[in-house]
Amino acid sequence: MIPLSWYILLSAGLFTIGVVGVLSRRNVFIVLMSIELMLNAANINLVAFSHYLQSLTGQIFVIFVITVAAAEAAVALAIIILLARNRGSIHVDDFNIMKG
Amino acid sequence: MLKYALIPLLPFAGFLIAGLFGKFLKEKAAYFPIAGVVVAFLLSVSAFFDVLGGTIINENLYSWISIGTLSINVGLQIDQLTSVMLLVVTTLSSLIHIYSVGYMHGDKGYARFFSYLALFTFFMLVLVMANSFLLMFVGWEGVGLCSYLLIGFWYEKKSASDAGIKAFVVNRVGDFGFLLGMLMIFVTFGTLNFSEVFKAVADPAANYNYLIFGSEISVITLIALLLFVGAMGKSAQLPLYVWLPDAMEGPTPVSALIHAATMVTAGVFMVARCAPIFSLSPTAMNVVAIVGGLTAVFAATIGLVQNDIKRVIAYSTISQLGYMFLGLGVGAFSAGIFHLTTHAFFKGLLFLASGSVIHALSGEQDMRKMGALKSKIKTTWAVFVIGTLALSGIPPFAGFFSKDEILWSAYNAHGIGPFLWFLGILGAFMTAFYSFRLIYLTFYGKSRMDHEAEHHVHESPKVMTIPLMILAFFSMFIGFLGMPIIEHGNRFSEFLAPLFPHAEHATEGASHTAELGAMLISVVIAIAGWRLAQGFYKTASVWPDKIAEKFKGVYTLLLNKYKVDEVYNYIFVDGLVHKLAKVLYTIGDVKIIDGAVNGLAQAISSTSERSRKLQTGYVQQYAFSMGLGLVVLVGLYYVLR
Repeated sequence: MIPLSWYILLSAGLFTIGVVGVLSRRNVFIVLMSIELMLNAANINLVAFSHYLQSLTGQIFVIFVITVAAAEAAVALAIIILLARNRGSIHVDDFNIMKG
Repeated sequence: MLKYALIPLLPFAGFLIAGLFGKFLKEKAAYFPIAGVVVAFLLSVSAFFDVLGGTIINENLYSWISIGTLSINVGLQIDQLTSVMLLVVTTLSSLIHIYSVGYMHGDKGYARFFSYLALFTFFMLVLVMANSFLLMFVGWEGVGLCSYLLIGFWYEKKSASDAGIKAFVVNRVGDFGFLLGMLMIFVTFGTLNFSEVFKAVADPAANYNYLIFGSEISVITLIALLLFVGAMGKSAQLPLYVWLPDAMEGPTPVSALIHAATMVTAGVFMVARCAPIFSLSPTAMNVVAIVGGLTAVFAATIGLVQNDIKRVIAYSTISQLGYMFLGLGVGAFSAGIFHLTTHAFFKGLLFLASGSVIHALSGEQDMRKMGALKSKIKTTWAVFVIGTLALSGIPPFAGFFSKDEILWSAYNAHGIGPFLWFLGILGAFMTAFYSFRLIYLTFYGKSRMDHEAEHHVHESPKVMTIPLMILAFFSMFIGFLGMPIIEHGNRFSEFLAPLFPHAEHATEGASHTAELGAMLISVVIAIAGWRLAQGFYKTASVWPDKIAEKFKGVYTLLLNKYKVDEVYNYIFVDGLVHKLAKVLYTIGDVKIIDGAVNGLAQAISSTSERSRKLQTGYVQQYAFSMGLGLVVLVGLYYVLR
């Protein structure tokens, strides 16, 4: 039996990798993937606690999160395609027209 | 007694009609103000008889301002003094309204003229009927406004609009004093109602001292002096008289009504109204008397050499107002008011008659271009002579009685009395001289007119001459209301006596022989002035030129009116006002106000210039700061828990 703390450590590690990826990578795809990583880190947490507490709520919540993540990925990919068409780039640093 | 509220309101209605519908009514616009003023005159007569019968009216019409303990009512007061003023104002105003129908005929501002004139009458009546200082001040400012409007009536003329502004500004100096005096009264007594203030003044507890510039001044003296500053401005006394001669730029009926008969006497009226205050302060009374006496002589000396017919009369007005203050200052309040009354009639007459002369000569005002008019305009000549006799104090014309009463009171006053009497006599000599100089230059001698003007000389229409004759009648006979010496001869003073119980009756113990002697002196002096003027000016004589040549310095000084205007201009306009304006502009406006406004804008701009760098537009940086913020918040939560 794997103790709960291992799951939590794994989840924390994945989340950190995701955060660093979002903050440091310049390619929009990688940023998007890092976001997925963060979401799934949360999912692992939810499932682990669901098992530990013997409650199904956590697992049902995970299904919701995966659904939202799928929808988000669809919208984000569409945006990225448009960006690539209109601006010819998917580099995050090229998009700073909101600069003050 | 609500019907007496109509006395001021009827002229006001006339003002509204003539002012609002003047464009459509054209020359008919004059009828409404005239009707309003004439009915006001009839009501004033009725009010006078009420007062004579012993009814004193003092009624609050409605509450104007009511805040906390401060409550100010609009109320009318008709007592002996007010009823005399009502008669003077409405009589003169009616006659001058009628006269103006002829004088202003054909002027393009005809309806405007009558509406201003009616508005003036309204404010003047408010001034004399007010039962509180505040309402009096409303009238006081109102007549000042109308004076400004009417002096600048021919506003296309630069000199006229300048004169209007000058009158307004100089009056403002005086009004400032009046306002301060009024505030002082309110602070001290907590009320502005005349009867309440005068009751409170008599209480010795009210008379405490202020320490000003190291000397103790009682609050009563301070109030009286401040009020007198107001009177100096309105009644053109030294040193605030400079606006009155320039005010002659206005149409002649205006000079007669506002700048001779009524408005300029408002200061005299106010001091008389405040007699209970002034009588308690010997210092203030002396100031009033001395300022009056000096003004009487000072203005008369300028009048000696002026060449403009209206300016001579204007300086004479200043001088006569000085006599009135001289009378008030020596405690002869009723004598001052009596002179106000007689002066209103004969000076109104002189102005209107000079207007008639100017009218006959198609606008010429310079006496050096007149002469030999006697046979051409007989009626004007006759009334002019009557007015001049009254002004010079030749018995039995009106001016003799009133001026002599003042001089006799001055002679009997304690302390500086004889000195003031001497000033008065000196002034009387000069008055007689310049008035007859005017007569001889205008009506006698050889004609010095242009050929063109001479051809057009004509007597004025009846609508102008009849008011002149009525005024001439009054100038001849009104003096008999104040007969000296005879028992109960001075009905005027007896009528006013209840108002001035504090007045000094210094003249009571004096002997009739002395009074007769003093009278004889002033008559002889007046006749001497007359004869001198006759010798100089009746036929062209070399003497005036010779004397002018010999005392060239004095002559030019007088001709230039002591250069007072220039001095004021140098000190106040150029010196004080322009320099002050420059300082205020460069430091106050440019540096402080503009500096604050621009500085604020610049500060905001530079702060935002720096802080806008925060908005890089890079999503990742935003995300980073969000994350950092979250960490800090959570950290704080743990630390502070």
